[in-house]
Amino acid sequence: MRFGATQAVKSLSLDVRQGEFFSILGPSGCGKTTLLRLISGFLQPTAGQVLINGKDMVGVPSNMRATAMIFQSLALFPFMRVWENIAFGLEARGVGTAERRREAERLLELIALPGYGNRMPGELSGGQRQRVAIARALAIQPQVLLLDEPLSALDLKLRQHMRAELRDLQKRTGVTFIYITHDQSEALAMSDQVAVMNGGELQQIGTPQELYSHPKTAFVAEFVGENNALTGTVTEVSGGTAVLEGPQGRFSGRAGAGLNPGAKARLYVRPEALSPSSETGENRLKLAIERFDFEGAFATAYALLQGTGSPQRMFMTISQQGLSDAPAIGAPFTAGFSAEDAIVLSDD
Amino acid sequence: MTEIFDRFGKPLGGIFLGLALLWLAGMVLVPGVFMINASLRPHLPPPLRGGELDVYVLDNFAYLINHVNHGRIFFKTVWSSALVTLVTLLLCYPIAFWLAKVARRWQVAVMLVLLLIPYLMNEVLRGLAWYIILAFSGPLNAILIGLGLMDEPVRWYGDGGVVAGMAYAYLLFMLFPIYNAISTLDRAQIDAARDLGASAWRIHRRVVLPHAKVGIATGCVFVFMMAAGSYVAPALLGAPGSRWFTQIVYEWFFEIGNWNRGAAYGVALMAMCLAVVLGLLALFRVNLASAVK
Amino acid sequence: MTQTTTATATLDADLPPIIPARRLSHSGMGLLLGRLQPLAGRVYLLVFVLFLMSPLLILAAAAFNDSSFPTILPWQGSTIKWIVALFHDGEIGRALISSGIIAAGVIGLSLPVGTAAALVLTSLHGRTRGVVYALMVSPMLIPGIVIGISTLLFWRQVGVNGGYFLTILAQSSFIISFVMLMIVAQLQRFDRTMEEAALGLGASRLLVFRRILLPYLRPALLAACCIAFLQSFENCNTTLFVRGTETPLTIFIATKVRTGLTPVINALGLVMMVGTIMGAVLWEIARYRRAVRSAAV
Repeated sequence: MRFGATQAVKSLSLDVRQGEFFSILGPSGCGKTTLLRLISGFLQPTAGQVLINGKDMVGVPSNMRATAMIFQSLALFPFMRVWENIAFGLEARGVGTAERRREAERLLELIALPGYGNRMPGELSGGQRQRVAIARALAIQPQVLLLDEPLSALDLKLRQHMRAELRDLQKRTGVTFIYITHDQSEALAMSDQVAVMNGGELQQIGTPQELYSHPKTAFVAEFVGENNALTGTVTEVSGGTAVLEGPQGRFSGRAGAGLNPGAKARLYVRPEALSPSSETGENRLKLAIERFDFEGAFATAYALLQGTGSPQRMFMTISQQGLSDAPAIGAPFTAGFSAEDAIVLSDD
Repeated sequence: MTEIFDRFGKPLGGIFLGLALLWLAGMVLVPGVFMINASLRPHLPPPLRGGELDVYVLDNFAYLINHVNHGRIFFKTVWSSALVTLVTLLLCYPIAFWLAKVARRWQVAVMLVLLLIPYLMNEVLRGLAWYIILAFSGPLNAILIGLGLMDEPVRWYGDGGVVAGMAYAYLLFMLFPIYNAISTLDRAQIDAARDLGASAWRIHRRVVLPHAKVGIATGCVFVFMMAAGSYVAPALLGAPGSRWFTQIVYEWFFEIGNWNRGAAYGVALMAMCLAVVLGLLALFRVNLASAVK
Repeated sequence: MTQTTTATATLDADLPPIIPARRLSHSGMGLLLGRLQPLAGRVYLLVFVLFLMSPLLILAAAAFNDSSFPTILPWQGSTIKWIVALFHDGEIGRALISSGIIAAGVIGLSLPVGTAAALVLTSLHGRTRGVVYALMVSPMLIPGIVIGISTLLFWRQVGVNGGYFLTILAQSSFIISFVMLMIVAQLQRFDRTMEEAALGLGASRLLVFRRILLPYLRPALLAACCIAFLQSFENCNTTLFVRGTETPLTIFIATKVRTGLTPVINALGLVMMVGTIMGAVLWEIARYRRAVRSAAV
């Protein structure tokens, strides 16, 4: 698909299983909205196929596809009552008024807004409007529901509440959800499968756990969850372990795909895998804590890497119980991690 | 051009495009071409039309330039219309500013009603009101004599009366664009300028006027155009010696019956108006799209 | 306390003296002007309102003067005979009907064409849009009599003479511009995803237009309808050339000025004024309430 002068989505292939909550995650401008519009039929691909239930959808306009879209702006029709909004898809299919009304009431029950049918969209709260938009999409019994960052306009509390509600609704209806977001915590919390995209290219598809513990590319390692990175050159790859040498020292971790000795690479270690250690040996770092950010159940310690030319900041998670034993601010200490908790990925 | 079809589909998009073309071509452009065509041909009795005498000539325009009075009336119309524009601008700017930035909400509501009443009525009735006021034995003379400002009644009908009646008739078309433009000015800008020690005069010259520029340009364009093309006010408030150019055009058509010469006079009026409109826009450095919206 | 004072003093010494702004109010003259300004403003406002209202009051008052000519001086006694006469005046009735027919035709033509033109214009981009835009607003920037003349000359070639048909066409050719601009303004605030949402729900393009875009445009269409009516009803310059033998109200009044006016015309003005005042007050009250309500939210 070409979008303006640049290719918005390059060649990629994804399979979404029926009844799955599938997220497409990526920074803004990565091509995820374009991908969604290709699936919905608002855009036609310059090359390639979109198959729904094994049937090629290329050339089929959006009003003939078994998909329904939830827009970022929700796009509720402001001059129609809530029930008319919900039943609009049925109206377009020539369903009679009485039956439309009945179906709208049934869906209002489903989204826990019974009796709201005669209100205008403007009289509802943000979360209620959200649910009406979902009911409107579900009314046409789509096989695939496409959601374009529908929670981004809500405030934090409501957003977290709606996550659970969306997830629940998806499980109850069994409709395939394809959900687009730039918020990785949202994608990790709700999805069965997540596809990470960047620059129009697919980076990795996997369950949230896979993406978190086994990122395949440097982009995924940095975009999904928090991570510490150490740069260097690969010196050895053997038995699934790679050794990296750089200005900060010599480290080993699980080897990512396509690593060869001599290549530039990055070693990633999660903040919770990094801890103060008295032992010496492999995978040790000299750090001095700058500050603690207290975040409730745990704290994040920001520490400067010592003895290197350019100052590099690392961060580690310290549990509330561990906080009393934590090194003092400014005092140098040694931190370590095990090679199984780290991963070395090619740097490009 | 394909976007209209993409958005509405072939049948509906085709209807929209067709209607728009029908208007632009059939009701605006082609009639305009016919008028210019007629203006360039001599007035001939029907049997001679299309004959060897029916050629393109500039006689009709030459007649306008060489005529004892018509050229003078043409320029008087331009000059008086400019005067009407200036008078309405000076009258309206303070009121527009007051409405947009000073008045309370109820004051704005009352003022808008007061402004709308004369303009929801007929232009002819507005002219008629001034016809009564300016009459020789009418209220204006009576008041001025009663106040001791004059000894003798004055004949107001004529150029002065026409300008006054027009200024009244087209006031709203100046006021509303300026009011709209000033409304969008952030009050904080005025407060900031005052806080920095600017005088009221300087605030207007450096902050409000530049912001109101587009509105002023719009108002001037419309008032000038309407004044120059007005027939009613001069017919009601003018005197035999103070004819307006539109009255001469009317004479060519319906009193003398020389439509070709009338068309030429119409073309001259149109060319002058377009020149002034473009000139005003260039003067204010405003483009058409922001002036007319 | 002492310390603070010292600190301030030091600061003052270090900084260059603040240049006093040249405010009018600093001079004696300025002070006077400062006091006078609000007063002058109020006087100006009063004069302006007088200027605005007195012609209307005089126009209305003359309807009650028992004089055979519309004037308030000399006052020859109060009467309502002109108002009674208005309702028995067949000529005015016919002129009103004629104006009504023309206005209805203009509304019927300019609303759909203006909407179509607005949709066409908003689907264009870049230079093409600029050119089409200039073309579309040009009828507003050309004197009304020129539009009348060109319409008359064009249709004469086809053998059509002045009358209702030409009057409706000629008036519409510039009233469509107004309608188009009003619809474009409303379209610019339209959220196009609503159309996509409706399409995605299975609606045909026709249903999307009928059920989504048209209801959205309804307020603008209503406003455009009012403007078209007022423009048509008060039009004189264009109508003068294309009316043929029809005599709509404006033409009727204008010709009456020549052939002999009676205060019946003032009575008509009075009735129209009362009507518009009632309409304007109702409209303003509605607007004011809406503004207050939206300010409260």
